[in-house]
Amino acid sequence: MSTTAVTQTAAVSLAGVSKVYGRGGSAVRALDQVSLTSAPGEFICIIGASGCGKSTLLSLVAGLDQPTSGDITVNGRVAFMFQEPGLFPWLTAGANVELALRARKVPRSERRAQTLELLESVRLGGFAGKQPHELSGGMRQRVALARALAQDADVLLMDEPFGALDAMTRDVLHDELDRVRERVGKSLTVLFVTHNVREAVRLGDRVVLLSSRPGRVIKEYPVPIGRPRRMDSAPVAELAAEITDRLREEVSRHGS
Amino acid sequence: MAADTTLAGLDALDLGPARTGRDAGDRARRLWAALWPKLAAVALVWVVWELVHLTGWKKYVLPGPGVTLSNLWQQAQAGLLWHAVGVTMLRAVVGYAIALVIGAVVGLLVARIPPLRAAVGSLITGLQILPSAAWIPFAIILFGLNTSAILFIITMAAAPAIANAVIGGVDYIPPLLLRSGKMIGLRGLSMTWHLVIPAALPTFVAGLKQAWAFTWHALLTAELLVLVAGVPSIGQLFSADQDQTDMPSTIAVMIVIVILGIVVDGGFTAVNNKIRKRWGLV
Repeated sequence: MSTTAVTQTAAVSLAGVSKVYGRGGSAVRALDQVSLTSAPGEFICIIGASGCGKSTLLSLVAGLDQPTSGDITVNGRVAFMFQEPGLFPWLTAGANVELALRARKVPRSERRAQTLELLESVRLGGFAGKQPHELSGGMRQRVALARALAQDADVLLMDEPFGALDAMTRDVLHDELDRVRERVGKSLTVLFVTHNVREAVRLGDRVVLLSSRPGRVIKEYPVPIGRPRRMDSAPVAELAAEITDRLREEVSRHGS
Repeated sequence: MAADTTLAGLDALDLGPARTGRDAGDRARRLWAALWPKLAAVALVWVVWELVHLTGWKKYVLPGPGVTLSNLWQQAQAGLLWHAVGVTMLRAVVGYAIALVIGAVVGLLVARIPPLRAAVGSLITGLQILPSAAWIPFAIILFGLNTSAILFIITMAAAPAIANAVIGGVDYIPPLLLRSGKMIGLRGLSMTWHLVIPAALPTFVAGLKQAWAFTWHALLTAELLVLVAGVPSIGQLFSADQDQTDMPSTIAVMIVIVILGIVVDGGFTAVNNKIRKRWGLV
């Protein structure tokens, strides 16, 4: 696969993807005929209520799980950030990042410098020697981001990565994520799962709304708002309100 | 840039003020706090023992603490006790080391290869439950009355416990870590080396302590029954004391065993705490 191919074709493409867990009467249809295409460098936020299969979707794209039917094509390397940082507690922050470089077969002589550079890029240059438990939740999630970047990925999957953080830290990390994406120097495609509609509008180029049980794409919302954005700005709030209304409509369907 | 300073400020607030180092007085206080309950427990045992002795129960065979401790003091000055302790400890360490290598390799293979686990997983547990004394006739017939027989018995007692410790350690690795490892591209051997082994370590070390208890139990049983001629050992001392109905010496050796057990256990606890501290579990 050449780099020109990457820029021409979609970064991630799902065609009629369904995922069923279990068999027979107890089978649960998590995703139903989901089709979704993202251009290289696009930031797609996937939003939906509980049981919409958001996390399942990312697991399928990551190859951690196989779809029951349908096709998934991913052009390039995939990195995954979970809601929990998932750092290895026996390694320092630096060693966690370095292990990702090592797994990618980066020569030993370059690893140290690259590790430091990656930690600098999430503004944790001075914390390479700390164990994960010595860092705050937000800092750990930034180390996880640095580790994801260390994989030199073309597609970054994020499963509610800021869900467990306080509002202020989350807001600052939104700015950081924008900045890091500009700095990466290549088109980094992001699939970002969240249940926070404003967060989705704040970050995404496009917001994809999924229904619940089974998860289907209800509607896609392009986000024609210039960056830098703020979560509390009027245009963000306005579009978020529209999406929230549609989401509530979908949720109330299950109550009746 | 504003975001820059905000983030730095958040980080600083999140981490809190730097902890100040502990001074010598602080350390002495902590040591005393850890020590006095133990000293009190020893004193309590002494008092109860003395009281039992004063009631005159079994007074011709059961010595008081004074007589026993002076016996221990005398034994400590002669060389035989230390020679015997040295031989027994060496056997324990060698047998444990053999069990460690065999148990760790077998445990890792069984934990990582599902068909192998299905085949021998329950066999390992069965062997772990088998009392070590059950191996004694087998070992004596196979090796004769010698050190090899004793080492064999210890190995058979400790290796299944160590293998099970590895299996338990691997089973209790948080799935999130395995998923993270897979996502950063760890596969096969690099997955085992960089993730599975270190992630299994805390549970494994806790299991190592249990395996040491198996070793120690098996060793004393073996030494009482597999008497290797001309080589003093703790078992040998016990055997001689029993033959001469020498109760003070018997109790003195028991005290030595208890002290050895506490010292070794302290070593395991220290390693365990070090790992837990590194992981941020304490």
